[in-house]
Amino acid sequence: MYAFDIKRPSKLKKARKILKKNEGAQVLGGGQTLIPTLKQRLAAPSALVSLARIDELKGIRQKGDELIIGAASTHEEVAADGTIAALSSLAGGIGDPAVRARGTIGGSLANNDPSACYPAAALGLCATIVTNKRKISADEFFTGLFETALRDGEIIKAVNFPIPEAAAYEKFDQPASRFALVGVFVSQCKGDVRVAVTGASEDGVFRWADAEAALAENFNPAALEGLSVDPAGMIADIHGSPEYRAHLIGVMAKRAVAAAG
Amino acid sequence: MTQVSMTVNGKAVSVEAEGNTLLSTFLREGLGMTGTHVGCDTSQCGVCVVHVNGRPVKSCNMFAAEAEGAEVATIEGMANEDGSLGVIQQAFQDNHGLQCGFCTPGMVMSAAALLAENPKPSEAEIRAYLSGNLCRCTGYHNIIKSILAASGQEMKVAAE
Ligand SMILES: Cc1cc2nc3c(=O)[nH]c(=O)nc-3n(C[C@H](O)[C@H](O)[C@H](O)COP(=O)(O)OP(=O)(O)OC[C@H]3O[C@@H](n4cnc5c(N)ncnc54)[C@H](O)[C@@H]3O)c2cc1C
Ligand code: FES
Ligand code: FES
Repeated sequence: MYAFDIKRPSKLKKARKILKKNEGAQVLGGGQTLIPTLKQRLAAPSALVSLARIDELKGIRQKGDELIIGAASTHEEVAADGTIAALSSLAGGIGDPAVRARGTIGGSLANNDPSACYPAAALGLCATIVTNKRKISADEFFTGLFETALRDGEIIKAVNFPIPEAAAYEKFDQPASRFALVGVFVSQCKGDVRVAVTGASEDGVFRWADAEAALAENFNPAALEGLSVDPAGMIADIHGSPEYRAHLIGVMAKRAVAAAG
Repeated sequence: MTQVSMTVNGKAVSVEAEGNTLLSTFLREGLGMTGTHVGCDTSQCGVCVVHVNGRPVKSCNMFAAEAEGAEVATIEGMANEDGSLGVIQQAFQDNHGLQCGFCTPGMVMSAAALLAENPKPSEAEIRAYLSGNLCRCTGYHNIIKSILAASGQEMKVAAE
């Protein structure tokens, strides 16, 4: 790793100040993605600003028909909450217990790994990503492979999830890393049906429009019979071909609808 | 360099560390506590698992500075006060839960975290909990058996 200092402010304002003052300073969430990146010298921040001591970024609470999750909440904390069962089960299926004890929802969304689980939940539930500056709809937040709408130095404060009538996430594990080889999040919320797919596309998480239309008519796995996804633009690696992933999307979507229904 | 202070196995410690000093490096090089191993150093193998405020953490994937003020528990704290093996350690020895022993500190610390949450885990729960701990020697069977034994349970033998 290159050398850097770690700052541990206890106020969000202070964190913002440090980021402004130090060009090239970067936010540190749980470090579960950032530390391996730093070890490979793929990043050379001038300083890391840890969010771990900032109480404003912590806690999970229900407000009206929304679940508000502080950005520094760990996967383990979200798994234990249970207000949205599909979301808690997704969080409880990330990596392993040690990863879940450190990794945070804010870090996962900011990173937007094409095989990460949380992006599917955020898009599949039409969550709102609340930053120190603005509110961003999940539909606008994910802009491509490891790319988001976040600007330099912008910090995710919380993620607001509408509480759905029905939802489920089904992940086909890549057995070595336990990231999603393909993961599908489906939900029914205020009459809207969403189907969000992770692990499959070279552009990262996306909504499967044909499946949403079919399920809006009939929220049943049978409604997906005969639908297929174009393998063009799907990820190709040693774990699976684009055709394999395209096929898995249909399989996981049906399982998710069955689990949600 | 800044001074980083924490409690390790109940004892207050304070050592100078760089911003990029990992908790694993802090323990092994700063404190000379080499019971915590480093295998992959890429957060894949779990041999470096310690507890931070009661939660299992891969110490190669956390900065020492982030453990400032924390209660850290390592494999060195797993033995009984008189130096004899603790319950989980003894169960590993009795059930041949280790061969070369390299993965064992991480296995024992993960097992201890699991048993603290779930005193009588099923075999499937043990396997799921150990998904981040790799062993190149044992084939896992005897590790699972050891953890079942440590929780006062026997392994169900498959019908012949
Ligand atoms: C062995 C292993 C297995 C894993 N398995 C899975 C899996 O199955 N599914 C899955 O989805 N993920 C998996 N992960 C990734 C894990 O979920 C990470 O915790 C997550 O991707 C990053 O969160 P973090 O809090 O650790 O962020 P960090 O690593 O600290 O940061 C990641 C990036 O986000 C930025 N950032 C962090 N917090 C904020 C914030 N609040 N606002 C703005 N920017 C921020 C950082 O600057 C950095 O660029 C795995 C990781 C490991 C090591
Ligand atoms: S050395 Fe930390 S996970 Fe392998
Ligand atoms: S006993 Fe050798 S790696 Fe597990």
